[in-house]
Amino acid sequence: MSDPSKEWPLWEVFVRGKGGLSHRHVGSVHAADSKMALEHARDTYTRRMEGVSLWVMPSAQIASSDPGDAAALFEPAEDKVYRHPTFYKIPDGVKHI
Amino acid sequence: MYTTDMSGKTKAETVAEDPALIAAFEARVANDEFIEPKDWMPEAYRKTLIRQMSQHAHSEIVGMLPEGNWITRAPNLRRKAILLAKVQDEGGHGLYLYAAAETLGTSRDEMTEALLSGKAKYSTIFNYPTLTWADIGAIGWLVDGAAIMNQVPLQRTSYGPYARAMVRICKEESFHQRQGYEIMMHLAAGTPEQKRMAQDALNRWWWPSLMMFGPPDNKSPNTEQSMRWRIKRDTNDDLRQKFVDITVPQAEAIGLTVPDPALKWNEERGAYDFGEVDWEEFAAVVRGEGPVAKERLQARQKAWDDGAWVREAARVHAEKRANAKVAAE
Repeated sequence: MSDPSKEWPLWEVFVRGKGGLSHRHVGSVHAADSKMALEHARDTYTRRMEGVSLWVMPSAQIASSDPGDAAALFEPAEDKVYRHPTFYKIPDGVKHI
Repeated sequence: MYTTDMSGKTKAETVAEDPALIAAFEARVANDEFIEPKDWMPEAYRKTLIRQMSQHAHSEIVGMLPEGNWITRAPNLRRKAILLAKVQDEGGHGLYLYAAAETLGTSRDEMTEALLSGKAKYSTIFNYPTLTWADIGAIGWLVDGAAIMNQVPLQRTSYGPYARAMVRICKEESFHQRQGYEIMMHLAAGTPEQKRMAQDALNRWWWPSLMMFGPPDNKSPNTEQSMRWRIKRDTNDDLRQKFVDITVPQAEAIGLTVPDPALKWNEERGAYDFGEVDWEEFAAVVRGEGPVAKERLQARQKAWDDGAWVREAARVHAEKRANAKVAAE
């Protein structure tokens, strides 16, 4: 039977599409170490010039928010419309603001 | 990328789940929202997805075998480079899908073991042999063509990681189909022997390609639930009809004949009428009685066994280096 401790760990792969863009998550690979993870990421996710740079990080190291907390975390922003510039009425004649 | 719906395996879940959670889930899916790995989902949804995605992944990996078989015998360097790239893509597609399936809580090794033990299926199409070079053309054109038909709607499937994997796959798949059609086109325009070879390949791959859409709708018990959950977006018969309608003119354009005496344009329906698929044969191939089924699994088993020492050595080496680094700090 499969023994999870014998599987190569999982790594999350991030690709920078081109200079000037941030790295973006594209998927994951299994690899014994970071060097192999980069090689696998290259073969798996950049066969068609999808990127100019790769990041890999152990999946186990990622902390993420709980979907159950989504309302508590993100909904308060909904009633704070004053954080957006369109909230403020400026006379038409006033320019460059 | 290849998927065959091998429905009929999932049983209704009997574990009691919170009706409020189920209702909320159903509403999200009905509203075309994506479900992500950490979201609550019914156990039956999770299981159906693991089954479908892992079988899809297995099909990609096993699908490397019939074509890999021809890499050394491709007729020229151009064809060889193309075939190598295609087979590498299939491996990549398998890996996207395994990774997406792992987000549902199954491990890569568990999936591999399920394939090797015969518990998990893969597309029946790969249990047919590739006898001539024209088969490589027919596979790209028909098998990848049928796969595209199946996969395009899956880009909007309700499970986020699956949908994202399908977007990548569909982008890459179109080259597969076109290179296959190009092989057939050249053979069909070649010597009489070459044209015969192309026609023979079409004759052998046509019906198995139609089987790739899975059993007819009235014998596909999971279709309704899978469509409600947006795991599946079209019925087997609808996709099969679409494939026939698109492919017949492609065959005609290069002077090849689809091997179905019942094939006839139906003006009223605006679609082709076509003959009945041999579902007995389909069932037999699903049961593992395909002409090269044993060979395929033996090849996967051998690759798994031969690679065991590499997996082990790399793991132990990485552990040692990590430990040495900790000790040095």
